[in-house]
Amino acid sequence: MSDPIKTDALIVGAGPVGLFAVFELGLLDVRAHLVDILDKTGGQCSELYPEKPIYDIPGFPIVTAQGLVDGLTKQSAPFDPKIHLNEMVETIERIGDPLFRVTTTGGKTFEAKVIVIAAGGGSFQPKRPPIPGIEAYEAKSVHYAVRRMEDFRGKRVLIAGGGDSALDWTLNLAPIASHLTLLHRRSEFRAAPDSVNKMMALVGEGKIDFVMGQATSVEGADGRIAKVIVKRNDGSNFEIACDAVLPFFGLTMKLGPIANWGLRLNEELIPVDTEAFETNEKGIFAIGDINTYPGKLKLILSGFHEAALMARKAAHYVFPNKRQVFQYTTSSTSLQKKLGVA
Amino acid sequence: MPKITYIDASGTSRTVDAEVGATVMETAIRNNIPGIEAECGGACACATCHVYVDEAWREKTGEPSPMEEDMLDFGYDVRSNSRLSCQIKVTDELDGLVVTTPERQA
Repeated sequence: MSDPIKTDALIVGAGPVGLFAVFELGLLDVRAHLVDILDKTGGQCSELYPEKPIYDIPGFPIVTAQGLVDGLTKQSAPFDPKIHLNEMVETIERIGDPLFRVTTTGGKTFEAKVIVIAAGGGSFQPKRPPIPGIEAYEAKSVHYAVRRMEDFRGKRVLIAGGGDSALDWTLNLAPIASHLTLLHRRSEFRAAPDSVNKMMALVGEGKIDFVMGQATSVEGADGRIAKVIVKRNDGSNFEIACDAVLPFFGLTMKLGPIANWGLRLNEELIPVDTEAFETNEKGIFAIGDINTYPGKLKLILSGFHEAALMARKAAHYVFPNKRQVFQYTTSSTSLQKKLGVA
Repeated sequence: MPKITYIDASGTSRTVDAEVGATVMETAIRNNIPGIEAECGGACACATCHVYVDEAWREKTGEPSPMEEDMLDFGYDVRSNSRLSCQIKVTDELDGLVVTTPERQA
């Protein structure tokens, strides 16, 4: 195991609330690392609705979701957060009072004095297509990501979906698979036009098949798929024989490994106190959409409030002997120095 | 107040009062209509408020926008009368609207 990365705070989730937690912790000299499973910061705001306007951020009558994330990123920049993307926190082990050893799916180990779970709806994971019984084939024949292209050499591959992932893998696997079918509901795609043109060219050359319809069921044995039953848009059915299915139906949110961290849970949410938004585990906080308490509102602004109160108690754990002075950014030269403006 | 009828996959029908300006999804959630999940809260960012619009009402509810079509790709058993109910705004014209919820949401 590589040397652990030591940090005051480890923030799980780099959405708006996680980013603002960097700022609030930073004002109290608590330095943070952020871990997020997505390939970018911003959480749901950036992944699901970057261009949508938000109307209930105090002081901003209208701001796009991505605009808010950009502003929060800029706001936290003076505290130079270290951001680890494309990985998910997998395990948390208490090794002190409080001190935690944390591992990620990216193979990193952290030692953090406090943990702040700002994971929103949980981690984004590939969406399972609504085909009854598909779970049984997931280990051997149904894949939601391509780890090794060679695994598909010489196989009959069915790719389902109409986005960039579906198109990119169609183009990449076409020369490797023995036969490749792209299955999509309609003739329009949500993908780069260049990829669509390339795919259509392959269809024109007879190198791959493009089929319009929706998979309704799968057949096979012992976890190995044999065929997929497809419903055409006119309601008729037909079969596609295949060895591997790659469904690309976007992402959904799952609680994921959080369920294994020994925290009390209430219907996939983490109960916290309302003084510091601390969980039943000393030193582990939960803020934003992932937490619950009497009167909880799942609003970004609630998450901001929670971040500010969390930071006070987190700072107390990180600097147990330091007296905390309440200060305003408008008047405190000490805070202004930290922000790089004084 | 316009009325909307939701029919679930088993054929059970529920008729509720809808507020003009609310969406068909919001009206369902407010009235505890089963079969509509609305995971993303109405951002047209999932496909868990998928409904089939009764043929007689398709002209009045209109066709899905390109963005909605993109999201419908994630739906289960999408048909030509499929819509995301978060993208249908209730108007007085839609008084009597009938939608059916699919067997399952994505």
